[in-house]
Amino acid sequence: MIRFRLERRIDPPRYLSWAVPVASVVLALVASGLLLLAFGANPIDTFAAMWDGAFGDIFGGEVYSASETLVRATPLMLTGLAVAVAFKMKFWNIGAEGQLVMGGIAASAVALFLPDAAPWVPQTLVVYGLIMGGAAILAGALWALIPALLKAYLNVSEIIVTLMLNYIAILWYSQLFTTSWKDPEGLGFPGSALFPEFTWLPRFSNTRVNVALLIGLVAAVGVWVLFAKTRAGYEIRLLGDNPEAARFAGVSVFRNILLVMLISGGLAGLAGMGEVAGISHKLQQGLSANNGFTAIIVAWVAKLQPGAIVLVSILLAAVFVGGDQIQMTMGLPASVAQVVQGVMLFFVLGGDIFSQYRIRVSRERVGVVA
Amino acid sequence: MSLDLISSILGIAVFAGTSLTYATIGEAITERSGILNLGVEGMMIMGAVTGFAAAFHTGSLMIGVLAAMGIGALLALLHAFVTITLRADQIVSGLAITLVGTGLASFLGERLGPDHGALVGLQGPRFRDAVIPGLSSLPVVGEALFAQDLVVYSMYLFIPLVWFYIYRTSPGQQLRAMGESPATVEAMGIPVLRYRYIYTMVGGALAGLGGAHLSLAYTPGWSENLTGGRGWIAVALVIFASWRPARAFAGALLFGGVNAVQFRLQASGTTISANLLNMAPYIMTILVLVLVSSASSLRSRLGAPAALGVPYSREERT
Repeated sequence: MIRFRLERRIDPPRYLSWAVPVASVVLALVASGLLLLAFGANPIDTFAAMWDGAFGDIFGGEVYSASETLVRATPLMLTGLAVAVAFKMKFWNIGAEGQLVMGGIAASAVALFLPDAAPWVPQTLVVYGLIMGGAAILAGALWALIPALLKAYLNVSEIIVTLMLNYIAILWYSQLFTTSWKDPEGLGFPGSALFPEFTWLPRFSNTRVNVALLIGLVAAVGVWVLFAKTRAGYEIRLLGDNPEAARFAGVSVFRNILLVMLISGGLAGLAGMGEVAGISHKLQQGLSANNGFTAIIVAWVAKLQPGAIVLVSILLAAVFVGGDQIQMTMGLPASVAQVVQGVMLFFVLGGDIFSQYRIRVSRERVGVVA
Repeated sequence: MSLDLISSILGIAVFAGTSLTYATIGEAITERSGILNLGVEGMMIMGAVTGFAAAFHTGSLMIGVLAAMGIGALLALLHAFVTITLRADQIVSGLAITLVGTGLASFLGERLGPDHGALVGLQGPRFRDAVIPGLSSLPVVGEALFAQDLVVYSMYLFIPLVWFYIYRTSPGQQLRAMGESPATVEAMGIPVLRYRYIYTMVGGALAGLGGAHLSLAYTPGWSENLTGGRGWIAVALVIFASWRPARAFAGALLFGGVNAVQFRLQASGTTISANLLNMAPYIMTILVLVLVSSASSLRSRLGAPAALGVPYSREERT
């Protein structure tokens, strides 16, 4: 009888750290192709249409779809970084969605009400951008502080609390744009009034790609510096890898939970500001677009590495934009995108074993237990 | 409050709490074996969509229920393979199940109707209330407990059965031990990994059944986001119930009750907006967890299986 045994690799070769995730993503595409086939859709046509929708006209002189991929990647980048910071400490922040929404609400509050409330504040993009950004970071961080405090003081499961706070934030936000902040001149359509133009984040040429993308890239560098160069980053990593050793070394779990969640919530909040000030210019349906959940896939597929998060968020954004495309041209539901992404997460998750273990195949007599 | 009102709220509480009860008890069984499964939401919603689709096309409620349980078990098998055999992180794998489940469910909802069309808006078979003569004329509780559907009645039998299994049989005793000290159980000659596979799949099947009760009885039909986070509430209820079946039912009743009160308020034309009312179950989940956690902040005192979430391998025994 042939037996498979797992042997822990003492010193995994370096190439495995990228080869395994890349192979996993490729296999995931094959597997989702089979899944599509099972439901009567031609996988090759589907993927071709998705590719076309996501990058297709990049060589055709027009940049529309490729730029939309970057637009979609922007919030994923920020929320991906947000959850990666928390996951590094094995603090399971599943609440980036709610933190993003709270950031979006706070930035909108500034854009909608500050010009009237404080006319003496210079109405320029730099000043307003800073205030909106600050408000969004603060709102996201405070929303994230709730599970952090509950975990630190009472040991309440952060997974459940962050999740429940998502639902609450989303409901509150739809309350705002359908009632309290609804534009009376909006002809009855739900949505706030349009923000004044000086609060709009500048866009690149005639695309919807805006400054928020740069904020995402800067944040990626910031998170890299945090983990690679600072003491706080070192403590967070230590707490994630070996909590016992970290406690023994005098690292404060309490302080680091709060720190991690403030950073995490702040980054997610910024993503919300990017969406309202860079894209919609008002509060309306669609701010919460599952970015917080997709962020989990982004962070995990990228192995929590900031540089890889930038790349993976573009990859997953392409899957989304491609998904919209196949809905329009092939009549397939756009949720195909979500399925492909979920399958990808599974393969990366399962593939991990190949970087940690060596598989030994041996012939053994039946009945002998290793 | 009049007795009629109490009776009506209790009735809706039981009705609304049924899906939660099955999912919660299923998750409690899985967790007792040492596997944390955060894919409940994904399994429930997949159970809801496949259950409805199967019942719609075959006209048989039984086939719908079986399909829902089967798909739940299948997703659980995936979770078991990834976490038990491949030793991947249980939390992330569970999240992945939920992500795949919700994505696949909305994909299937658009494809599984007649001629590859949508299921949304279709009317299919549904569980009808079967009034039990005699019992249903009991004061206050009669209407509420005994004018319900079959899935609800099965729950009344299911809860004591699970209790009996866990506390009064030897496989049940092994199940309890498995989550505490898998190495000890293994030393007794019991294949822990195989049982973890089985209990994870049982949990998945029950989550699927919970989903089927939603699409075949509670809100008959299919619509996107049908479960609305109930799978997550079930995960929270396991902690509230300290992994015990009867307390799981009590917790589900409590949540069903919140649901009922919310319905009542909306129906009576309250001025509180629907959005704010809909927040109630989520706020309550947090409050319940805070209360349970602060009452005894030690997880062990609550009865959490000590080996919960810890991958087990024979070679790396510690």
